[in-house]
Amino acid sequence: MAKTILAVLEQRENKLKKSAYEVVTTAVSLSKQLNLNAKAVVIGNDIGNLDEIVKYGMGDITHFKNGDLANYSSTAYTDIVTGFVKEIEAEYILFSDTAFGKDLAPRVAAKLNAGCLIDCVHLEVSDGNLVATRPVYAGKALMELKPKSEIKVITIRPNVFKAHSSENNVITNIVTKEVTSPDLSTRVIEFKKSEGKLDVAEADIIVSGGRGLKDPENFKLIEDLAEALGAAVGASRAVVDAGWRSHREQVGQTGKTVSPSLYIACGISGAIQHLAGMSSSKYIVAINKDKDAPIFSIADYGIAGDVFEILPKLTEEIKKIKT
Amino acid sequence: MKIAVCISHVPDTATKINIAKDEKTIDPNGVTYIINPYDEFAVEEALKMKEKFGGDSEVIAISVGGDNNKETIRKALAMGVDRGILLKDENFRDSFGIAKALSDEIKIQGCTLVFFGKQSVDYDNAITGQLTASMLGYSCIAVVVNLKIDGDKIIAEREIEGGKEVVEAKLPAVITAQKGLNEPRYASLKGIMAAKKKIIEEKQAASFESLTEVIRLKKPAPKKPGRILGTDSSVVPELVKLLHEEAKVI
Repeated sequence: MAKTILAVLEQRENKLKKSAYEVVTTAVSLSKQLNLNAKAVVIGNDIGNLDEIVKYGMGDITHFKNGDLANYSSTAYTDIVTGFVKEIEAEYILFSDTAFGKDLAPRVAAKLNAGCLIDCVHLEVSDGNLVATRPVYAGKALMELKPKSEIKVITIRPNVFKAHSSENNVITNIVTKEVTSPDLSTRVIEFKKSEGKLDVAEADIIVSGGRGLKDPENFKLIEDLAEALGAAVGASRAVVDAGWRSHREQVGQTGKTVSPSLYIACGISGAIQHLAGMSSSKYIVAINKDKDAPIFSIADYGIAGDVFEILPKLTEEIKKIKT
Repeated sequence: MKIAVCISHVPDTATKINIAKDEKTIDPNGVTYIINPYDEFAVEEALKMKEKFGGDSEVIAISVGGDNNKETIRKALAMGVDRGILLKDENFRDSFGIAKALSDEIKIQGCTLVFFGKQSVDYDNAITGQLTASMLGYSCIAVVVNLKIDGDKIIAEREIEGGKEVVEAKLPAVITAQKGLNEPRYASLKGIMAAKKKIIEEKQAASFESLTEVIRLKKPAPKKPGRILGTDSSVVPELVKLLHEEAKVI
């Protein structure tokens, strides 16, 4: 009998996250290449949009349900996923490399003695074996590696493996299993949402500012452009260290590594540790006074001019095409 | 309380990375190595906890790797860590192998509170803390920006996309530190002098076969150089048109 690839889906506030569809699409695709059954598992209480999965070609979903499991509990979730992997004899376990996936995947791996392929940006099957590519040194190099263990745990970088809805209508079987007395010894008791703003780790467009903004108050120009684009605000390490912006917004080797569709760097010269964190963005725009700044070497489009003159005009033009 | 802080010795983030001839490791020529930046937050928090718990509390820095890791252990000792342990292994081991070596040693030392940086900025896996905790059967809270321990009860805030999770757990525990948890102290001259007299015990790391194998390391394909459209806002309409029609990203 064919072995199984299990997609572990993330929900927050009773809704599947976008990354869940990416995991499902990737699991379905790998199942075909490796001749595996594809199954998915989600843990939580009532999950509003579970039916959406049908569109992504996943035929088999198990929902572990309990009122206390709406919020993440590393102990309970680890027990449930590990138990389910043993029950269905899964060989591959796939997560998204989100805060949730990154937390749960290694715990599950430790219980199952499974090798970990973490934060993969490319997965390839060669001679029936899986080869993973992952960025190391914040993207300054890429590592190709293969698993040697019987069970393999894989996390995929969000926004890289796109979710595709499937043409084939699969009949999806959703099984709900009630969980009794989960181990809640480590659990989330509260989620504090950061005020209103998009997170750089999840955004499809990022507008980032650096030292060239000259003053923290001038970040208003960045915020205005970000708002017009529906983008997240990012920051260079220099301005975070100077206390202008929160570390949550820092892009680069000691901040977040991001791969949005569009990255607009404003007043950022492009220190190597910043470039490492954003150079895998699909399109990069640089606006900087210094035409020799390293940021221009990786930018698709650049304007070697004054951010204070260019940004308001850019915001205005974006607003025009958005209406 | 015995507190462990697990630290790694990594290339400076400002350093360029070149691939070695074996195509599996990086060329160490011209690379400056430093204590992993996130580990400085881990060391600081460990020292704060030692001050909090007082009595005969002790902080032990543990690192897995070659002789050069002693520089990084020395740095932690200069910040105020009491003693160091180097678990020697010159060969590559994956996170699983590192966690195995660390968890065996933490057991021997009897540490009930263990700190890590949230990730090492070399291989960027960010899983060694969680793996070590699982091997020890300890609670684990990762990517922590706020930590309170009262008796054996832990309340920590960890950073996730779009906010913070407040997590409740119990000791013994592994905590992985995120930037923002604290402001790491500088090693004072006195600390640096004192560190020279502190002990770094060397042991062979528990043998372990990695569960993954590196096929090769390569440089990412260079990005095609783009074009500079102009030097002032007159080219903004052209830029917006390109993003809209050519790149199709807005």
